[in-house]
Amino acid sequence: MHGKCGLFFESYRAEAAVFQTGFQRTCLGLFVALLLVCPLVLDSYLVSVLNLMCIAVIGAVSLNLLTGVCGQISLGHGAFIGVGAYAAAQATLHGVPFLAALLLGGGAAALVGMFFGVPSLRLKGIYLAIATLAAQLILEYVFLHWESVTGGSRGLMVDPPQLFGFAFDNERKMFYLLLAVAACALMVVTNVMRTRHGRAFVSIRDFYLSAEIAGVNLFGYKLAAFGLSSFLAGVAGGLWAHYTMFISAEQFNITLSISYLAMIIIGGLGSVVGSVMGAVFMTLLPEVLTASTRSLTGIFPDIGSQLVALREGVFGLVLMLFLIFEPEGLANRWRLIKAYWKLYPFAH
Amino acid sequence: MEYYLQLFINGLVVGGIYSLVALGFVVIYKATKVVNFAQGEMVMVGAYVCFGLTVQLSIPFVWAFFMTLGFSVVLGLLVERLALRPLIGEAHICVIMVTIGLSSVLKSIVQLIWGTQIRVYPEVLPSTPVMIAGLPVAPVYIAAFALSGVLFGLFTLFFKYSRMGIAMRATAHDQQAAQSMGIGIRGIFALSWCIACVVSTVGGVILGNINGINSHLGVLGLKVFPAVILGGLDSLLGAALGGLIIGVLENVCDGLAKDLLGLGGFRDVAAFVVLVVILMIKPYGLFGTEEIERV
Repeated sequence: MHGKCGLFFESYRAEAAVFQTGFQRTCLGLFVALLLVCPLVLDSYLVSVLNLMCIAVIGAVSLNLLTGVCGQISLGHGAFIGVGAYAAAQATLHGVPFLAALLLGGGAAALVGMFFGVPSLRLKGIYLAIATLAAQLILEYVFLHWESVTGGSRGLMVDPPQLFGFAFDNERKMFYLLLAVAACALMVVTNVMRTRHGRAFVSIRDFYLSAEIAGVNLFGYKLAAFGLSSFLAGVAGGLWAHYTMFISAEQFNITLSISYLAMIIIGGLGSVVGSVMGAVFMTLLPEVLTASTRSLTGIFPDIGSQLVALREGVFGLVLMLFLIFEPEGLANRWRLIKAYWKLYPFAH
Repeated sequence: MEYYLQLFINGLVVGGIYSLVALGFVVIYKATKVVNFAQGEMVMVGAYVCFGLTVQLSIPFVWAFFMTLGFSVVLGLLVERLALRPLIGEAHICVIMVTIGLSSVLKSIVQLIWGTQIRVYPEVLPSTPVMIAGLPVAPVYIAAFALSGVLFGLFTLFFKYSRMGIAMRATAHDQQAAQSMGIGIRGIFALSWCIACVVSTVGGVILGNINGINSHLGVLGLKVFPAVILGGLDSLLGAALGGLIIGVLENVCDGLAKDLLGLGGFRDVAAFVVLVVILMIKPYGLFGTEEIERV
């Protein structure tokens, strides 16, 4: 971590602090205040996009902890989110209070994630990617065929969340709940990355043999990464289930896993800010695309029917272009822009 | 019993196609260490191009077939040059994600041009079944199996005796040593993508003749993973055997699951359950090179 010009650290604690300057703290405070005002001014559609963003942020930051920070590629994240969604939905349907159900969903996802994380001790890189791909497809099958719990292809209806008798039954109320949980998730991951565990994760990612020689228990820490990441994914799933009030097996297919991977790559691997940027970008992309095709229907009348194919193509193209031209992601670009403006008239 | 024999034969035919697609996958992995998630979409593109040429432009099937092969060579070259070469030396996850992006793009192009409904090839072979061991088997199945066999023979000879094939094996074994012996690595990378594209196209055309094609054909690309993991990621023989075994296994398991447990659709996951078991027991597969790390 390199300090800014004129910023000297006198202790390790100061260097690892979340906010190194008061300016950063002020900026974040202003940003949060802005977010809190948003639902009061924006219309219901825009708030719903913000809500989807909050859920995507939780999912993306959890996957980034596993893949970006600990270096374990997971193609099964969509299914872990699904486990959390079904578990939380079943819990509230059986009368468990919402918060407890959310934690239960997270716990269930963590157990499943750790189970499929066990092979990670022996498998590395692409082998692990393929193992988690298998996990994804097997879990998809379970979602579709374990009808007594998941409702199979008919899906499952869920009630809106209730907290101490207060029902979050519209987009605006939902936004504050989702924002609060997303903020918690971001804080948890930011702080985990500053601890002993976070440093162990990074050392495993950089070179597992050195990590092991330095005394990092590979198996334990890899499992911990899978567990914590899946827990947060499960929480995201639980929120999603209660937000959309309907879940079905198709929601948690491999495309979801891939889009979360795309989020963290576009945002920046191993960066919390990057996860947020990637999640925002990937949530906005289909909305912008839908809006732009709607405005083009005058010129191409049948463009609406091609929307699904177009969306998929644009997604693939954006992903490839990012990987080729901006492999460090949006977070790095943001850093470069900040560095440029800091010395603006006197670069060099 | 007869039912299971029928399933076994179906499995062999499907397995033959898996083997072809797995062959393309292994050729790419051996030479470039790229895990190609777009293999299934390459199959689909080949199948649709051949369909377009025969049905929509009414070119005779044989000519259309060879034109499709030519097209797939160009596709392989383009993909390698535009998408994969900029990422040489990047982390696993980046290379995996670029092939996933590629698969999305290919799928979307096919959907934009041909839509999503099932398309059926004109009949090339007679449809009267031939009796094998007392069971009726469609000639197209036999042709498919034979064609896969012939292609495997050809590629085995190519890798064993031809100058290019030996250069490819040398590159797979040790890139730096091969380079210092005067082998053009870039050419080898491009060639391996061409080969992968061509064999996938053949697989796609065969599939089109059996079942017809739709835009979900790309799922086939995922089925390749159990096959190549079982055979070993970098073994051609492994790809052939792995494809056949997975094809038979998933058909027979599907039948068993339906009879004994009353579970439908088990075909789609049977292969992946096998995959997890293999990864737990023998991660480098039947014939794969074990990576030994010394500290």
